Amino acid sequence: MEILQHPLFLPVVLTLAIVGIFPLVSGYIVLVERKVLADIQVRLGPMRVGPQGLLQPLADALKLLIKEDLIPAAADKTIFWIAPCISTFTALTAFSVLPFSPILRVVDVNVGLLIVSAMSAVGILGIILGGWSSNSHYPLLGALRGAAQLVSYEVALALALLSGVMMAGTLSMVGIVKAQLERGVWFAFDNFGLMLVPFMVYLISAIAETNRAPFDLPEAESELVAGFHTEYSGFRFALYFLAEYTNIFVVASVAVTLFWGGWLRPFPNVAWLDWPLSAGVPFLVLAGSGFASIFLLKRQPSAAQRYILLVVILGLIFLGSLFLIPVVTRAASAPFWFFFKVGVFIYGMIWFRGTFPRFRYDQLMSIGWKYMIPIGMGAILVNAVVGMLKGH
Amino acid sequence: MLDTIFFYLFALLTLLGAVLTITRRSAVHSAISLIVSLVGVAGLFLLQRAEFLFAVQIVLYIGGIMLLFLFVIMLVNLDRAERERQFSKAWWLALACVVGVGAEIAYFLTKGPAAFQFPPGAASPGVASAAAGGNVERLADALFSEYLLPFEMASLLLLVAVVGSVILAKKRI
Amino acid sequence: MSQYYTATDHFVLVPAIMLALFGCAILLFDFWVFPEPKQRKWLLAFLALGEAFAGYGLWQQHTYIAGQGIAELTAFQGSLVVDGFSLFFNWMFIAAASIVALMSYRYLEVEGEHHGEYYSLILLAQCGMYFLASGADLITLFVGLELMALCFYIMVGFLRSDKRSNEAAMKYLLLGGFSSGFLAYGFSLLYGLSGSTKLSEIGVAIARRDPADPVLLLAMVTTTVGLLFKISAVPFHMWAPDAYEGAPTTVTAYLSVGSKAASIAFLLRIFLGPLASARAAWEPLLVFAAIASLTVGNLAAISQHNIKRLLAYSSISHAGYMLLGLVAGNETGIKGVAVYVLVYTFTNLGVFLVIVALRREGLVGDNIDDLAGLMHKSPGYALLMLICLLSLAGIPPTAGFIGKYYIFLSLIQAGRYVLAAAAALYVAVAIYYYFRIVRSMFMSDAEDAGAMETTFGVRVAAALTGLGTLGIGIFPEPFLRFAGQSLIR
Repeated sequence: MEILQHPLFLPVVLTLAIVGIFPLVSGYIVLVERKVLADIQVRLGPMRVGPQGLLQPLADALKLLIKEDLIPAAADKTIFWIAPCISTFTALTAFSVLPFSPILRVVDVNVGLLIVSAMSAVGILGIILGGWSSNSHYPLLGALRGAAQLVSYEVALALALLSGVMMAGTLSMVGIVKAQLERGVWFAFDNFGLMLVPFMVYLISAIAETNRAPFDLPEAESELVAGFHTEYSGFRFALYFLAEYTNIFVVASVAVTLFWGGWLRPFPNVAWLDWPLSAGVPFLVLAGSGFASIFLLKRQPSAAQRYILLVVILGLIFLGSLFLIPVVTRAASAPFWFFFKVGVFIYGMIWFRGTFPRFRYDQLMSIGWKYMIPIGMGAILVNAVVGMLKGH
Repeated sequence: MLDTIFFYLFALLTLLGAVLTITRRSAVHSAISLIVSLVGVAGLFLLQRAEFLFAVQIVLYIGGIMLLFLFVIMLVNLDRAERERQFSKAWWLALACVVGVGAEIAYFLTKGPAAFQFPPGAASPGVASAAAGGNVERLADALFSEYLLPFEMASLLLLVAVVGSVILAKKRI
Repeated sequence: MSQYYTATDHFVLVPAIMLALFGCAILLFDFWVFPEPKQRKWLLAFLALGEAFAGYGLWQQHTYIAGQGIAELTAFQGSLVVDGFSLFFNWMFIAAASIVALMSYRYLEVEGEHHGEYYSLILLAQCGMYFLASGADLITLFVGLELMALCFYIMVGFLRSDKRSNEAAMKYLLLGGFSSGFLAYGFSLLYGLSGSTKLSEIGVAIARRDPADPVLLLAMVTTTVGLLFKISAVPFHMWAPDAYEGAPTTVTAYLSVGSKAASIAFLLRIFLGPLASARAAWEPLLVFAAIASLTVGNLAAISQHNIKRLLAYSSISHAGYMLLGLVAGNETGIKGVAVYVLVYTFTNLGVFLVIVALRREGLVGDNIDDLAGLMHKSPGYALLMLICLLSLAGIPPTAGFIGKYYIFLSLIQAGRYVLAAAAALYVAVAIYYYFRIVRSMFMSDAEDAGAMETTFGVRVAAALTGLGTLGIGIFPEPFLRFAGQSLIR
């Protein structure tokens, strides 16, 4: 039992868990993305591997691992090798400061938010170096576009974050959530709703930062094949893929932490809502989706698939019921809300991708510099004044 | 103990990066080496419990400045430059500077903290005290109280820099 | 008003606020309200308004200080100070900036680079100068210096299609950045020595130290190098001729008086403030720099054909004279430096004004031969040029004589006869090359008969500089009294 008390125990375990589990999670984010996009486009999406395509990520991962690993002859080999590592490393490092719950976190430092933006800034290096070292036209163009885009939107992103930091009075991620608990309101709805402005700026810039549609010019497949990672294959490509989805998760987590109350349930200070929101909603969401999947059972083509789906359904219902036990509720409702909100955010990002057409490059730049940055600055000013008048 | 190990690690990173920066032929490799060196410096900041400087060093120098360096380098064709002599003839000047700085450092090392006078606030020379809030808070306090004026002046400076770069670079103003 | 921004702080800061405010206002108005080229005169009016407001703030400070009978008023926990010294220099900056702005309008039209940002940069540079003259904190001084220098880098390269201008801006930027590095290094050591960035506290800490302390010497040498760069004293003068030649003439004028005066103010603040107790250590450095500046400046000026280049070298030699006043170190010497800077401001502006007035389509006017026959074409400007050149050479009854007189007097009072003799010798050299210009104006025939086109603004500026140069020479008393108030101690 002594080892459990060691101050490094939880951080190490969590780090290992994140590094071990997150590739799988990102695989499932991809599956969700494909499914949601398919739904938006009135298709079915992946259906073959596992029931309703549930095992598709595993098959994809296996495929990527056993594929031949190509390095172009004219490539700068060292940098070609290092670039995807930088991307993955920085993306995973950003996880270290995200608090999933009051205790479930690797570390809480007083520059947490800065670490996240530092890591996202360094992550750009992976893209630009990867594109350059391929020594090929499309990747280089993609890398240049990516660098310009990310540098531009990083400013707007930082300005949007500043508004939130100003409200919280700290850069520590845990401190930010605690500040929202104290004020009894998520920052996105604070200051008479004025904080929604920086939140929107953050949302737009975050999508641009993660190179997602409608800002996916660095990897615009109709113009640049696959952008900066055109020449990458196999495991290296998988690393880029992992980095990309990790980044999506990170920006969603930051948005949730800074604007949506982190691990807090809605109305965190209203006591009578505690049981319905801490136990009821998790039960409804998890068990409900389990029950809702029952009718899919009879659609499965084979007995094996039906069997797997049944296990999944029972698992979901079991997990949902766990939330009805008070001990579990206390421990698990915070992470549940955190991941639930992150899920909502990611769903929104996928929705955007399915909805908006890609911007032209000049439009992208003009949105970044002429709208996002001035609006972000204005939001800081207005929120500072209003926050001061409110007597914070 | 751990601090010492990390100090030497980061110092090594800084020096190695710096040496590689000036010895690599490829400009991109030089830039990457410089990034490594800057990471080392950031690490040294962290060891001094200056977390804010650590993060800002990474965000600004690596995420901002070096990235734009790389950006420009990639836009420029460097094949010719790579074939040319890489050392300028002023190496003796550089050597003199190195000797000068070396002598200076040697002096500081032998003299120890007595070479300087430290502000009364610092608990022990060299290491900022962890008391009285974190590094970020204390920095913010200093910037908005004692150094309010230079802080605000810096905004003018940046404005001029922005206006100036637009004037000098834009074709039609 | 909080504890960190008191009414006193505001009172001390008002002139700088006005300059910055109107500088920013010009940027906005140029963009939104007066976008038409013809409306640019309103921007000039804005600049004048800004100067007027700044002047009003300065006047209030002046009367307050005189009324209360106090020596100085500090603000921002001692990072800004208003005393006779800062007031003296700030009045000068207002005069210099206004005259430069007046003569710029037509010049920029001719050059085809007339943009509202120019006026904004003039004001913002002056704002930097304000902090240099009034700063009493290393960081304030440094940021002020950079603010001023950055404005000048841009203004030097303002003729964007002119290669010389681009080259000048590049050289000035690189060497300026280099020298700022030296200065920052020196400042960091000063901070290390004293544990404070306030000049007063640094002075106390340094007075306690052994003057032969190697760290102190290192701090002093690097600081001195940085400062000498800024006032373009030899051996750190290389940027001056190129920058002066390539820059738009109006900017050269502003650079040679504004930037130089502000840097001299900065230098005096540092050397008479915190470093005063280490005088024995820095005096030889300054003696060397002064003599070298006189030698190189005067000798190199002889062979110049480009008048802007010539004036650059002459400006280097004038920096030498100013340093000599500091070397003498007595009250007369410091007063002499102040008077010298004042005189130099008006005189040099006058010379550059004539060159600016010469500029028209197809004539650059920066060659000595371009001045040929000016007496016949336009006697008024020729006369102004004559007066100003006499003043630069230091011949009575012009103002330049007063400035040089005090410098020499202080050297003799301090018992530095050799220095005084050498300085006097170089006056003779200076007369030689200044009279090359005079000869070209009065003795040669005009190469082209094109008349000079001047505007009201240029004429007003000409009157101001001429009056200043002659006025200080003939009625020096009020100016001397004013300069006498500016002593720091």
